[in-house]
Amino acid sequence: MRNRFHILGVALWCAAAARAAEMRVQVQAGQVRGAPSYLGGMVTTVGYGQPVDVVSTQGAWHQVRTADGKSGWMHDSALTAKLISANAGGAAARVGASGDEMALAGKGFNKDVEAQFKASRAGVDFSWVDKMGSMTASTAEIERFVKNGGLAQPGGAQ
Amino acid sequence: MTRGLMTLAGGCSLAVALLPTGCSTVAQIGTLAGQTAGVITAEQAESINRTAAAVEKTYQDITPEQEYYIGRSVAATVLASYAPYDEASLNAYLNVLGQTLALYSDKPETFGGYRFLVMATDEVNAFAAPGGLILVSRGLLRCCRSEDALAAVLAHEIGHVQSQHGLKAIKTGRFTSAGMTLVMEAGKNLAGQEMAEVVKVFEGSVTDVASTLMNSGYARALENEADAAAVRILGRAGYRPEALVEVLDVMKARLASDARGFGKTHPTPESRIQHVRGLLGSRAAPAAPPVRQQRFEAAIALAK
Repeated sequence: MRNRFHILGVALWCAAAARAAEMRVQVQAGQVRGAPSYLGGMVTTVGYGQPVDVVSTQGAWHQVRTADGKSGWMHDSALTAKLISANAGGAAARVGASGDEMALAGKGFNKDVEAQFKASRAGVDFSWVDKMGSMTASTAEIERFVKNGGLAQPGGAQ
Repeated sequence: MTRGLMTLAGGCSLAVALLPTGCSTVAQIGTLAGQTAGVITAEQAESINRTAAAVEKTYQDITPEQEYYIGRSVAATVLASYAPYDEASLNAYLNVLGQTLALYSDKPETFGGYRFLVMATDEVNAFAAPGGLILVSRGLLRCCRSEDALAAVLAHEIGHVQSQHGLKAIKTGRFTSAGMTLVMEAGKNLAGQEMAEVVKVFEGSVTDVASTLMNSGYARALENEADAAAVRILGRAGYRPEALVEVLDVMKARLASDARGFGKTHPTPESRIQHVRGLLGSRAAPAAPPVRQQRFEAAIALAK
């Protein structure tokens, strides 16, 4: 009888350990890399508020499984243990979010509010802010920049 | 600093257990008792509970997405006073350098990512809007003699972003306002008067941050924190952290004759140099290949 309890206990412990922790993406396009490094090839991106399963952790990097079954590595800064309710798009928006857990609620300051702000401020122009949004350095450019400049490998598992 | 998953989850649940839940529960029990005794109406109770919840809110409750929208409007506000410098190759160089540096920071990813833009002014100045929109003046670029020095300037600004110094400039009173309560309330569709309240608190928050950046500056402790972050980022990247002292030295000479911008909003370069020197280790950075200086000079020639 006692043994049976022990076996049950061990089985429950194993089940809990095997269940990966769920985290959510807290950036617009969370980068899933093939290796725990920003120079690891991009596997996919996961949108704001979407859940991923954390399988293991190595320094600042989490090995994750996405909702559509892809595996890779995400940096800690792209993820949160809080639930997120996204404003637009994201299928995970508001799913399962409730009460006090909604620390990262998505309504509030958004595109509509920005539009009203813009309308009320003569001379405030967002065209350069929008242009800045598109000034993205690609992984290949960064890799070249790091290599040619004699810099250290960025964002490895520290 | 990187926190392990367990620490993160543990920290969150501990914080929830200790503070917000405790307070709101007390408030709710109070209002429930009041309702039962017929002292207050359900509507009044709702209002009190809402205020009690609002008191608990701080800048930390602003979501990454909301931080992004505040940052966009702060940057647009700054750019209304400081015209952008439309030089594509220079801005591209600044973005590769800045976005590479961000990868060595404690927060490589933000909601919309780090972006950099040159401002045309001769004034020595730089601004970091919440979320990672960073503006650097041509006058400040001219104070840099090497890529390491420019990296030091950008790393200091990344330091402000990763520690959310911009959001800390939002007056605490705003977090108890009706508008902010609506912002923090989950999943509410806003319209009419409620939308107007939210726009009001948004405008106020943007003004708080923009005027801190342009007029009053951050407290010395926050500048020291950004300098310390810069030294760490430079060291991790393989740049010479002493380059921060070098650029501060040049700024000291420049600001002696022109106290606009940095001169008005930052502690004196001398005091910053003293603080930074205390942070420098004895380990020398690896020697830089000549191409580093060459690409810097090619880009910076466009700022002259």
